[in-house]
Amino acid sequence: MRNLFLKKFLKSDSNEPFTVNAKFKHPDKAEEINIKDFNLYIEDSHILKNINLTIPANKITCIIGPSGCGKSTLLKSINRLTDSIENVRKTGSILLGNDDLQNCTESELVELRRKIGLVPQRPTPLPMSIMNNVAYGCKIHGVKNVRQLRRTVRHYLKVVGLWDEVKDRLRSPAVRLSIGQQQRLCLARSLAVEPEYILADEATSALDPVSSRIVEDLFVKLKEQYSIVMVTHTLRQALRIADYVVFIYMGEIIEVGEAKEVFNNPKHELTKNYLQGTIS
Amino acid sequence: MKSSVIFEKIAKAFMYLSIAIVFVMVASIIWTIFKRGFGCITWEMVSSLPGGGFYIGKEGGFLNATVGSLYIVLSSTLLGLIISVPIVFYLNVFLSQKSKRAYWTRLAFDVLYGIPSIVYGAFAFTIMIYMGLRTSLLGGIIVITLLIIPILVRSMDEVARNFPRDLLEASFSLGATRLETIGVVLRQIAPGIATATLLSIGRAIGDAAGVMFTAGFSDSIPTTLSQPAATLPLSIFFQLSAPQAEVQNRAYAAALVLTIIVLIISLAGRFITNRFSKHKLN
Repeated sequence: MRNLFLKKFLKSDSNEPFTVNAKFKHPDKAEEINIKDFNLYIEDSHILKNINLTIPANKITCIIGPSGCGKSTLLKSINRLTDSIENVRKTGSILLGNDDLQNCTESELVELRRKIGLVPQRPTPLPMSIMNNVAYGCKIHGVKNVRQLRRTVRHYLKVVGLWDEVKDRLRSPAVRLSIGQQQRLCLARSLAVEPEYILADEATSALDPVSSRIVEDLFVKLKEQYSIVMVTHTLRQALRIADYVVFIYMGEIIEVGEAKEVFNNPKHELTKNYLQGTIS
Repeated sequence: MKSSVIFEKIAKAFMYLSIAIVFVMVASIIWTIFKRGFGCITWEMVSSLPGGGFYIGKEGGFLNATVGSLYIVLSSTLLGLIISVPIVFYLNVFLSQKSKRAYWTRLAFDVLYGIPSIVYGAFAFTIMIYMGLRTSLLGGIIVITLLIIPILVRSMDEVARNFPRDLLEASFSLGATRLETIGVVLRQIAPGIATATLLSIGRAIGDAAGVMFTAGFSDSIPTTLSQPAATLPLSIFFQLSAPQAEVQNRAYAAALVLTIIVLIISLAGRFITNRFSKHKLN
């Protein structure tokens, strides 16, 4: 029975326009993320110090800095994945549009997290089939219509360029895909709930050069509709795709600016040193 | 030859020896049971209840024990899973790894794991006397459930602790609540649950001490929960302790049935585990 459905699904006209899920509310205008006086402590150590940052919409913002400086923590604070850390204490606020991410209720958080997709460092396909991986997010947000789900899956697999590679084995386990394919699947999974922001935590560091190039190109293509924040260790990558660069050192923002500006004329001594590779 | 190479050879020899010992033991147990069991088993023994003189070598069978064992094992495994799966989720999804409560819970289960089943049986017996209850199927089920909960919890917990945290974050970041994330966790640890279930079935079906005081023994198949029930291990025990050689031999027929049930359950379990683990990450 399932296979019959699948066959019908594959034959269906691929040119039919994709309709946005009515379940998901979209703001009229792309929203910015505003981080105001944000501090984060774990036990007694002060991990993020007085972060004030505006992340512009429809741009790629790269967060760079040496290891352990708080880049990932800042990224995870944005969709509150830091909640699960022991003894964590936070002050200040992070706003998405007008919604406060730090001081919202559990049910508001669920909706806000939907608006902020995450692409993890190592691809983490959910233990399900390829199709259900992409459909999972929609299902938990209450999309039950099977046809709508299938359309969504097909659309977003096409967006990440995975459709032609997997269309014959949508029911097979996602873990059988190659690492590069898995990462694109994770991206498709995040996109399927129609977020506004995409957070990428060193999304290409586990990939081979070809796959990471594909993901990079995808990000550049996606920035027309999404705002992308990525943490990266590869300065060249930041140079290639970033519009804005945020340089963090020891939990403090040292320099923020347009990518060209920061890379060509770093204002701060530390940034200069980091870019030249004297600190890492 | 270099000493490190020699050392590795010796170590390897020990490994082979250990594996050989295990194989020989398994094979000889199965061989003995099958040889002696098939020697005396008849369809009558498998399919009928004990007659008047069954325990002195006359007509009848041990269907009462087979059915009693299956009743107790299946219902206590089901009950045990219903109780222990939420415990494992609570320990791993809701509590953090370093939480004190999780530490004490795990310690408590480790202690319970080590308690011999006769203690469970005697403990339940004391309570039953106190409450004026008689041996019953329900008593047996409850004691076996208590006996296998620590096994279920600890072996599932071991799998769930190695659960990749990234997967939780992936689910959370899509906007799933912790309750919805349990679906993901369940799929990932399904092979672990299957293994834990098999382990506990093995322990439950072979346990004689726990049910001796609580389920008692009976020559008929229980029709309600309050009637006493026979079990295969106890049936084997009673037959083996009879003075007549032919009755002792018949114990092997019961042992054969018990072994075949265990074999079927483990092979089926393996099959199911393999099917479940095809989606598993790592």
